[in-house]
Amino acid sequence: MDLAVAHETVARWQFGITTVYHFLFVPLTISLAATVAGLETAWVRTGKEKYFHATKFWGKLFLINIAMGVVTGIVQEFQFGMNWSDYSRFVGDVFGAPLAMEALIAFFFESTFIGLWIFGWDRLPKKIHCACIWMVALGTVLSAYFILAANSWMQHPVGYRVDPATHKAQLTDIARVLFQNTTLVQAFHTLTAAFLTGAAFVVGIASYHLWRAKRGKETDGRKTAAMRTSLRVGLAMAVVAGLGTAVSGDTLAKVMFEQQPMKMAAAEALWDTQSPAPFSIFAVGDVSRGHNSVELEIPGILSFLAHSDFSSSVPGINDTAAAEAAKYGGQPQDYIPNIFVTYWGFRLMIGFGMTSFVAALIGLWTTRRRFWLAEEYRTGEEEPPRLMLTKNAEMNTYFTRWSWRIGIFTMGFPLIANSFGWIFTEMGRQPWVVFGLMKTANASSPSVGVGLQTGSLITLTALYAILAVVEVRLLVKYAKPGPDTSERPPAKDPVLRGPSDGDDADKPLAFAY
Amino acid sequence: MHLHDLWFILIAVLWTGYFFLEGFDFGVGILTRTLARNTAERRVLINTIGPVWDGNEVWLLTAGGATFAAFPDWYATLFSGFYIPLLVILVCLIVRGVAFEYRAKRTEENWQRNWELAIFWTSLIPAFLWGVAFANIVHGVDIDAQKNYTGTFWDLLNPYAILGGLTTLVLFTFHGAVFTALKTVGEIRERARAQALRLGLATAVLAAAFLIWTQVDSGDGWSLAALVVAVLALLGALAANQVGREGWAFALSGATVAAATAMLFLSLFPDVMPSTLNPAWSLTVENAASSAYTLKVMTVVALVFTPIVLLYQGWTYWVFRRRIGVQHIPAAVHH
Ligand code: HDD
Ligand code: HEM
Ligand code: HEM
Repeated sequence: MDLAVAHETVARWQFGITTVYHFLFVPLTISLAATVAGLETAWVRTGKEKYFHATKFWGKLFLINIAMGVVTGIVQEFQFGMNWSDYSRFVGDVFGAPLAMEALIAFFFESTFIGLWIFGWDRLPKKIHCACIWMVALGTVLSAYFILAANSWMQHPVGYRVDPATHKAQLTDIARVLFQNTTLVQAFHTLTAAFLTGAAFVVGIASYHLWRAKRGKETDGRKTAAMRTSLRVGLAMAVVAGLGTAVSGDTLAKVMFEQQPMKMAAAEALWDTQSPAPFSIFAVGDVSRGHNSVELEIPGILSFLAHSDFSSSVPGINDTAAAEAAKYGGQPQDYIPNIFVTYWGFRLMIGFGMTSFVAALIGLWTTRRRFWLAEEYRTGEEEPPRLMLTKNAEMNTYFTRWSWRIGIFTMGFPLIANSFGWIFTEMGRQPWVVFGLMKTANASSPSVGVGLQTGSLITLTALYAILAVVEVRLLVKYAKPGPDTSERPPAKDPVLRGPSDGDDADKPLAFAY
Repeated sequence: MHLHDLWFILIAVLWTGYFFLEGFDFGVGILTRTLARNTAERRVLINTIGPVWDGNEVWLLTAGGATFAAFPDWYATLFSGFYIPLLVILVCLIVRGVAFEYRAKRTEENWQRNWELAIFWTSLIPAFLWGVAFANIVHGVDIDAQKNYTGTFWDLLNPYAILGGLTTLVLFTFHGAVFTALKTVGEIRERARAQALRLGLATAVLAAAFLIWTQVDSGDGWSLAALVVAVLALLGALAANQVGREGWAFALSGATVAAATAMLFLSLFPDVMPSTLNPAWSLTVENAASSAYTLKVMTVVALVFTPIVLLYQGWTYWVFRRRIGVQHIPAAVHH
């Protein structure tokens, strides 16, 4: 018995670690692909150099990041079968479909066009080259959608029946699996959160460069121009995406209340049913013990999150657990997820993510160039913006310094929020792996021993730790110098059907590994 | 034809695509040590596959995903049963992908040399292990009534499987050498052709032994036909390589890979994972398959999207059709 628990626990740790790790790269990949595509489009359409430099600069960081996204994804594809074979047997008929579609439709797309984009600078006419990165961006979104459809099905299984002969889940309606509201809302939320993540990343790095320019440590005006544009793009993206994340998060909460009431009660550590239910901002004492000693609450907000009014009753953990036990058998406590993790995970997700949103909102206002800004305060394209925080010169210097610092400091906040969001989502679903259908304890591979599993957990974790160091150092190395303004676009637009051996046949490749 | 038979064929096609494509890029990875003589030459080799290796690898992901969707029990038994080899392959593929992308990102000699070593080993090991895995699949392994593998890792390393591993290793390296001859100019091209000859002869010996063993062990009339095609294609590839018809040589070395893969799948059918404990416990196209509805959905998806994938992947090869040599490798790293 003890051993059976350890078995499943090791597999869970491996899944948690590898998936959260994969998801560090995913949101940046999704959002940077689109950002680079937008910047390259701006370059193709206007011919302005600053867009070219910005494209190249963010493109490099994007490539360093996507490499890790790709290789960590392969593990995901394999480990359902390796560690969760009983799960795979039980759900394969339903769950395998979106996974296979993701590979066939999205991964081929991404991986093929990314190759064309990386190596195609001197092979493809610029419009086609630019189209390639748009294809990559489309591929990342499709990939996210299919995998989220699979995940949503685990949160809320639909479009299936359990075959009476084999006792396995069987697909009956693919459209419901792909387009159920859980999928739509989760995809909306995850994608907006991804864009918030990339936006904060762009803002952070651009702030670093502009602040240096402000202090006279950077004199290349063309660099500043590229970074200034990037900053504004990033801030605008953060505001739009942040709003989208909040709206979709609220919708997701409503969906979840209906479909997994326990998760929302756990997110709030709401032990007893209340009407109206408050939103807990902060609790001291042991949230996982059934009572919270100190609480800071906003009355009625939880009712609002759940039902769009401020007075409805929201079922608590105790009542929900009792109801689940009555329905599925066993003891009520079997149905209570880890309250400490869900409670704090939910708060950290919102806290970290929304901080970036608010910072961006303020940043967008302070870096404005035209609207409502007096002529004498405007700065040129190649200068860092003047942050007009106050008219008081001394205070202004102080605020300005801190504004740039905040931009840099909050760079990774949404990334942290993303991880906590997933940890909350997945742990809040426990003990179920497929809600209401299969418990996690029954999902792992019976033929794989604990020793083997532990070995693979250690191997992958160690490998990931090493790669994390390598990747972060590379990112820093390439982010720090800023755009390489000596780089020039190809002198003449390459032609697709050009001579394969003309007079310039010995010209070096524009890009080589 | 039953849909599960069609899906057996489709999965065979995906694996064939994978071995055809990643086969040569594993080969090129191995040749970075056996063929290239200096950094510039190693970079020529790496850059012949630079734009395409990731797309090639997705054939594996799709084969995996399609097996999950169409034959969940096959996916579950295979992946949980062959745990250690698959973990090793995973680690290799992770390091390999990173190695390609990051090798040139720093100029320190140490850094580059380490990643180059990584490219060699992480190409060689999977090229060997895929052969081991497929030999075991075709021959059958200890599978119990619950469809779980009950053997150990060491059982997978039997002589037949090791022969299978050596066959894929040498065959892929040969395929890679032929590809290199097709994609490069200068001295390295000549040397690639010379090495292709030696590798081709070695492949002929190993592949003949392995495929004939397979034929005797589990073959039928169809697999025999595939075996003959594989041998003829290999001889043709060698001949074409000798007379300097590099395009033909590559098409034929590819045909060898395809026919050999086809032969393995034909020997396997109608099982997908035979049990050596009790034939009644074997996984077959019937008892491992998904429901008819899922197969129908997936059929529509596969028939629509596979041709599209082939079109744009083919186009990539056309865009990067030019041969490269040391003169094309930019001296300074500036990305
Ligand atoms: C930048 C990241 C970020 C930010 C700022 C937020 N979220 Fe979020 N949230 C995620 C990133 C995220 C995520 C990591 O992407 C999750 C995990 C699974 C999912 O669909 O999205 C998630 C899950 C998630 C869930 C669980 C869904 C489920 O289990 O089915 C809920 C209810 C919310 N979020 C609600 C919110 C609310 C009300 C927010 C603030 C206004 C909010 N989120 C901000
Ligand atoms: C389609 C996508 C996903 C599927 C199918 C999926 C499925 C699973 C499965 C099978 C487990 C193991 C059983 C369990 O403990 O619940 C699990 C656990 C977990 N997953 Fe997900 N997951 C998906 C996406 C993600 C993502 C993107 C993340 C985070 C970045 C994530 C975070 C976790 C964590 C933290 C655990 C460990 C939970 C625990 O230990 O209780 N998941 N998920
Ligand atoms: C646990 C389930 C998951 C599996 C099985 C999985 C699988 C994979 C695989 C195999 C790759 C590499 C593709 C390649 O070689 O090009 C990858 C990359 C990626 N995945 Fe995941 N993934 C999972 C979770 C997620 C989630 C939840 C998202 C988004 C919401 C996501 C989005 C992406 C993106 C955008 C990439 C980036 C680059 C690329 O595919 O080339 N993945 N994933």
